[in-house]
Amino acid sequence: MALLQISEPGMSTAPHQHRLAVGIDLGTTNSLVATVRNGVSLCLQDEDGKALLPSIVHYLPDGQIVVGRKAQATQAVDPRNTIISVKRFMGRGLKDVSHVETMPYDFVDTEGMVRLRTVQGVKSPVEVSAEILKELRLRAERSLGDELTGAVITVPAYFDDAQRQATKDAARLAGLNVLRLLNEPTAAAIAYGLENASEGVYAVYDLGGGTFDISILRLSRGVFEVVATSGDAALGGDDFDHRVFCWILDNAGISLPSDRDSRRMLMKAREVKERLSLDESAPVRMTLDSGDEIDLVIERQVFVDITRPLVEKTLRPLKKALRDAGLEASDVKGVVMVGGATRMPHVQQAVGEFFGQTPLTNLDPDTVVAIGAAMQANVLAGNRAAEEEWLLLDVIPLSLGIETMGGLVEKIIPRNSTIPTARAQEFTTFKDGQTAMSFHVVQGERELVADCRSLARFELRGIPPMVAGAARIRVTFQVDADGLLSVSAREVSTGVEARVEVKPSYGLADDEIADMLKAGFEHAQQDMERRALKEQQVEAERVIEATEQALAVDASLLDDAERAALDAAIAALRSAAQGQDSRAIKIQLEAFNRASNEFASRRMDKSIRQALTGHKIDEIRI
Amino acid sequence: MLDLKQDFFTLFGLEPVFAIDMERLEQAYLDIQGKVHPDRFAHLPDVEKRLSMQWATHANEAFRTLKSPLSRGHYLLEMRGVDPAFDTNTAMSAEFLMEQMEWREALGEAQDAADEDALEDLARRIRHSSKTLVDELGRQLDVAGDLEGAADTVRRMKFLEKLQHEINDALTALES
Repeated sequence: MALLQISEPGMSTAPHQHRLAVGIDLGTTNSLVATVRNGVSLCLQDEDGKALLPSIVHYLPDGQIVVGRKAQATQAVDPRNTIISVKRFMGRGLKDVSHVETMPYDFVDTEGMVRLRTVQGVKSPVEVSAEILKELRLRAERSLGDELTGAVITVPAYFDDAQRQATKDAARLAGLNVLRLLNEPTAAAIAYGLENASEGVYAVYDLGGGTFDISILRLSRGVFEVVATSGDAALGGDDFDHRVFCWILDNAGISLPSDRDSRRMLMKAREVKERLSLDESAPVRMTLDSGDEIDLVIERQVFVDITRPLVEKTLRPLKKALRDAGLEASDVKGVVMVGGATRMPHVQQAVGEFFGQTPLTNLDPDTVVAIGAAMQANVLAGNRAAEEEWLLLDVIPLSLGIETMGGLVEKIIPRNSTIPTARAQEFTTFKDGQTAMSFHVVQGERELVADCRSLARFELRGIPPMVAGAARIRVTFQVDADGLLSVSAREVSTGVEARVEVKPSYGLADDEIADMLKAGFEHAQQDMERRALKEQQVEAERVIEATEQALAVDASLLDDAERAALDAAIAALRSAAQGQDSRAIKIQLEAFNRASNEFASRRMDKSIRQALTGHKIDEIRI
Repeated sequence: MLDLKQDFFTLFGLEPVFAIDMERLEQAYLDIQGKVHPDRFAHLPDVEKRLSMQWATHANEAFRTLKSPLSRGHYLLEMRGVDPAFDTNTAMSAEFLMEQMEWREALGEAQDAADEDALEDLARRIRHSSKTLVDELGRQLDVAGDLEGAADTVRRMKFLEKLQHEINDALTALES
């Protein structure tokens, strides 16, 4: 007699293959990769059993690239080609980066994002970050035994559009399918909230190696809602190191250290900082290149005094976030501390005083972001049953706007808007017969363009000639669930869809990324094609599987003719996917998308109706 | 069939009135986001991802509009064919304008003196005044059917909102 397989309660009745998805915390100082295995979220380790990967990339003259602990060990030997804290350069121009004078790099001051000249040529921060991500991808694939379906990459909540886009580009270069860019404090809130079944208003104070975020969230059963976020994308543990570094220079009477000494002093500064979280004083002993000795002792109180302005700097965004949320410090039920820099006792004390309560430090501040990201990746990959999923509502940290006359900013999407979101604004022509218009997209809170971040410039062509002021150009800003902006424009009165060309101010153009991708393959052309074919086949398989599952539930939404058309489209796609021509699969995928659009719309419609009547159905079930 | 053009009240299954049940609004919003949010579609084909983004964007816009009394009032007026015309119609009662001038003066003085307490105090007075206007708007829209009066109230609320923003900006500026 055959036994019937009965699934466990709560398990999906049609179990599909578990999709391998990871969460990656791409940090300024350290990076991590985590995944959910058998329902438990855990950080994956390297061969030596270490989870933390130092975010350090060493370019060697022979073409080798060393990442992590080994690069860390040799960083003082070849500081110019050993890149640390690259996250601070993502989506940033040279003039935006602080302390460049003490950095040992050969900066290339080009327009847009800063570049570094290394022994392996000029590198963009995106490429350097991609090396770190690649290392983590390989670690995950070795550990999980197969290729990854996708990854959630975390970013500071206060990252602007250019910094987010740079991170996503880096992931693409590293061969990762990005399921979502997730804000770091939000990831921490997921890990904390699920573990502790928390309800109410929580603040996440996230002081990392190079960035500071504060997010205020409302947690209720199954919903994580970010109410407001603020921060400083250039403030972190690095700055505390830098204060100690300056103290060492002052007290040792050194004005111009060599690159190598400079890097070693910075390493010593970090060591001293970490030690002072535990001890009342720490020795500073080192021998310089010149043979001179440094032999100093720094007291904790001195360290607290020289870094107090940095701690106070974090309290301003805190007040701003609370005001934006319309809340008082006393409304906050718990304060979750995230990021290695929150280990410093005087940081904990300042935060505790501000909120009038002891901050929550029972989670490992180094791993909590990666753990939360892995949990979210597991949901996004479709590994959980719909009824076990939680809902995450996040916001954009900074207002988005457009430059108007006189260098002023017209805000189009205000900060702390829940994403995804879209807003439109109409503009008109200034001169008779004007057929083109240029726009400047900026991000920030200030009224003057000069005080905001420039994101992109774009030009609109093909406006029908009219008298001045008659054309109505509707510019639409759409921010997706990754917090990334896309802009479209059309002339409303004639319906002409004008052509938009976007030139990112601090980003990489699409063809630059394509070139970098190509450069990453040894046998460029062949490898690119093989990869494209594989990608299209996986996509076709995914689409067919999803559609067949949908048909199993909702076939009644289609009449016979519609069903036959959809079946034919599936058959055509399946047959193309068995071939070796990636372009043919792509064409069939596009045709399939058109054919399935109506079915998908009806399914969405049905599910919204169910949402609105869902409570009644639940009541009937009881 | 549901579509993205239906009004926001219908989307959430609510009557198109000013005095809505905020808890019901929030619950309906969360129920809909629970179904349409892009996180539910990250592993699905592009067609469904695109639909999901459109619907989630729409639900956010609808919720944002109905949640705030000012934008809800404005939206109801538009549904009933009245445009409050913020830019062109600035006719206000002398009394209201006097009060406005007084508050702007107080804001300027508090800013110059970098007086945080004065700013907070002004913010409180404006919140109180806004609350009175919200009650008035509810009466005008739901009880009296006084659309002209409601448009005037919405314009006043807009003034106060702007002032509130300026106070917040001033407070933020003081802290940095």
